[in-house]
Amino acid sequence: MDFKEKLVSSFLAFEEEYTGSNDDLRNIRSQAIKDFETIGFPGKKEEAYKYTSLKSVLKEDYNIFPKGENSLEYRDIQKYLIHEIDTYDLVFIDGVYSSHLSSTTHDKIDACLMSSAINKDQYKPVIDNYFNKIAPKNGLNSLNTAFTKEGAFIHIHKNTMADKPIQIINFSTGNESSLFVQPRNLIVVDENSHCQIIERHQSLTEQPVLTNSVTEVFADKRAIVDYYKIQNDNLSASLIDNTFIEQQSESFCSVHTFSLGGKLTRNNLNFYQKGERIDSTMKGITLIEGKQHVDHNTLVHHTQPNCESHQDYKGIFDDKSVGVFNGKVYVDKIAQKINAYQSNNNVLLSDRATINSKPQLEIFADDVKCSHGCTIGQLDEEALFYLESRGIPKKEARGLLMYAFANNVLESVKIPEIKKRINKLIAKKLGIELGFHL
Amino acid sequence: MAYTEDDLKKELETKEYEYGFYTDIESDTFPVGLDEDIVRAISKKKEEPEWMTEWRLEAFRHWQTLEEPDWPNVNYPKPDFQDISYYSAPNKKPKYDSLDEVDPELLDTFKKLGISVDEQKKLAGVAVDVVMDSVSVTTTFKKNLAEKGIIFCSISEAIREHPELVKKYLGTVVPKTDNFYAALNSAVFSDGSFCYIPKGVRCPMELSTYFRINQAGTGQFERTLVIAEPESYVSYLEGCTAPMRDENQLHAAVVELIALDDAEIKYSTVQNWFPGSKDGKGGVFNFVTKRGLCEKNAKISWTQVETGSAVTWKYPSCVLKGDNSIGEFYSIAVTNNFQQADTGTKMIHLGKNTKSTIISKGISAGESQNSYRGLVQINSRAKNARNFSECDSLLMGNKCGAHTFPYIEVKNKTGQVEHEATTSKIGEDQIFYCNQRGIDTEKAIALIVNGFSKEVLNKLPMEFAVEAQKLLEISLEGSVG
Repeated sequence: MDFKEKLVSSFLAFEEEYTGSNDDLRNIRSQAIKDFETIGFPGKKEEAYKYTSLKSVLKEDYNIFPKGENSLEYRDIQKYLIHEIDTYDLVFIDGVYSSHLSSTTHDKIDACLMSSAINKDQYKPVIDNYFNKIAPKNGLNSLNTAFTKEGAFIHIHKNTMADKPIQIINFSTGNESSLFVQPRNLIVVDENSHCQIIERHQSLTEQPVLTNSVTEVFADKRAIVDYYKIQNDNLSASLIDNTFIEQQSESFCSVHTFSLGGKLTRNNLNFYQKGERIDSTMKGITLIEGKQHVDHNTLVHHTQPNCESHQDYKGIFDDKSVGVFNGKVYVDKIAQKINAYQSNNNVLLSDRATINSKPQLEIFADDVKCSHGCTIGQLDEEALFYLESRGIPKKEARGLLMYAFANNVLESVKIPEIKKRINKLIAKKLGIELGFHL
Repeated sequence: MAYTEDDLKKELETKEYEYGFYTDIESDTFPVGLDEDIVRAISKKKEEPEWMTEWRLEAFRHWQTLEEPDWPNVNYPKPDFQDISYYSAPNKKPKYDSLDEVDPELLDTFKKLGISVDEQKKLAGVAVDVVMDSVSVTTTFKKNLAEKGIIFCSISEAIREHPELVKKYLGTVVPKTDNFYAALNSAVFSDGSFCYIPKGVRCPMELSTYFRINQAGTGQFERTLVIAEPESYVSYLEGCTAPMRDENQLHAAVVELIALDDAEIKYSTVQNWFPGSKDGKGGVFNFVTKRGLCEKNAKISWTQVETGSAVTWKYPSCVLKGDNSIGEFYSIAVTNNFQQADTGTKMIHLGKNTKSTIISKGISAGESQNSYRGLVQINSRAKNARNFSECDSLLMGNKCGAHTFPYIEVKNKTGQVEHEATTSKIGEDQIFYCNQRGIDTEKAIALIVNGFSKEVLNKLPMEFAVEAQKLLEISLEGSVG
């Protein structure tokens, strides 16, 4: 029995086990499993998956329903948290919420669980309004929707500034032979509100893990959403991250993705601009080696005039690693005065590393400024020589140059602790000591 | 009254195809439909040897297993391949030695096109191999070229007279199984040009062929093969116009270029097939496969000015097989009214120190869609490969669209790839700047569009630059001076 059949046949058991009160949700789920059954997993023939094959991660016999509870102690996981600052934490272990490691809130903002949001009547209006509204129907999204059970539910009420950043951390333990988890997050940021979110997936053992995560973000008028994704998992873990962001007028959303680990990472990041004067920013650093594979698939859909979007992705690839960038900017007919910028710069360190880049523009409006740039190259020999001639060893010199190459993505990170953390991770990966602090 | 962009738009929309006329020459046309018998009949008609017939049949059998591609960013009613006549040749087919014997009606056609053969004959030595509905009618300057050992003739003649060359090279760059339209072309190609430059010879003149579609309901399947032996050089020009017709006409050509060690081929195209009426009716479907192979130190340069056709689907490519080889692609694609173009190039770097340059300029007006689709591939053994790509789009009016689909695949750390693309409209400040200096808006737009496409126009051979300008004029009358 292949993985798809296994998933479809286990849906009935899943449906029986979870009896929520929300009938609409039940309908959405059963429709979604039907959709998944017809569409299936994306194959290599699909244009969007031309350079990324999911075959190698789907062949594993994953456990869909983890048994029993897995407890972790705070000291086991502390290093994976941004623990230097005070945050709200939503911690999930093997897809199950861990109450003693988390700190939730209902004070002005709701930072709690998807499972309670879909079962409690007080959240019904929000769920009805926003749940599964922007994630388009495709194999991976439908699969996640069908098995919606747990994840983060964040609702920032009108005119509120979340007092602390919110961390969403998904751990997987090796108690199951191999694990398939599908977190489902919903983030609603109302008018004039602000929040910062840090998301991380971390596997604690060498057991294979596949995560198919769907996150929907709604930014209402003048909302500010600052989203950081830290992907530094171990080499047996794969991640398919599907993020959909809908923005209303004058909102500002930025997503930073740091892809430093994992076996296969696929980021489907989609922005839908539904108002005027919106700013969408997506930035990323990819630093991988070995046989790692990181794929950034972005879409910005400009439907209204006077908006901006910025994309800046930097990649450094060593050994046999494969990097993919597929960025798409779509400008509708009425979306005049759009300023869209897309940049993808890559450095290859090895002859066996591969980079496939496809920056796409589809433009139907004439009064726009849209551009993209893509470069692939190696470190500047002269700059290297300059550093070496000043007594900096080659390894450090190379590290410094790579660090400088990726640095402008870090500049726009607004939480200093994240900056520091990423700094450390990059330095560690490059095998150098950075004798300075940002 | 000041000339505004609105006026330009109005003018563009009302501008009809100037060169649309229909030459009344009796044609020897096959019944519609396609099966093995038709393929055999075409081959027989061309007095081809057995191996050629077999080659065509193999291609045909493969074609039957293929599906028409639907990945290009264009929409059009799919042609019914059983509703096309696959062979049409002008009836009166004597071999001429001088122009006087040529059908006066044909000469008249050329006059309307502004490419008077007489004039060209007198002018700086352009040999014209005129293809009128698939069969070469007249070939000039042949003797002159023969002295240098250059073979320049129709492909059917080459199959008869130089079978060893054709057999060796035909289908080596574009295999007969390459894609749907290439397979179709391989099965039914009616005629085309063949050019062979011997070792060390620098072709003394620009070679040019004028393709025309002239018979209602006939598809045209041209096959061009250019072989440049080591250390040779040739500049080949191709230009097209087509008469106005209300039904869609299919054009599926295949062009193969082979540049052996140290050779250089410059291939320039001006394409002005009938683009359809201003409400989007009719027009030519242009589905072309063009590819060149570069051996060591060889260079292939594609230059194209695309102004016509209702639907264009064309990716002149370079396979940079030899070390130090160079591939270039310069393109201007202009779309207006309901035209759709999906064009670009492929640069496949296989050898060491290979270089490629891509300059693509797209201008869309009216309700047209203009796409750039390109591939730059640097393989793992292509050390120090270098690519520079630049794709700029200019939009006129808000009903048109401009799209860029670049594919970049790099498997070598020493490869250097730069790609940049921009989309914009003619800046009001630029026009204002010109107005301020006493240049009226019409001239200003002309100036700006000219400047926008200059990089590519400069690459055209002198003889063609004039015609290219003329074709830009037709497509964007009022905006180009």
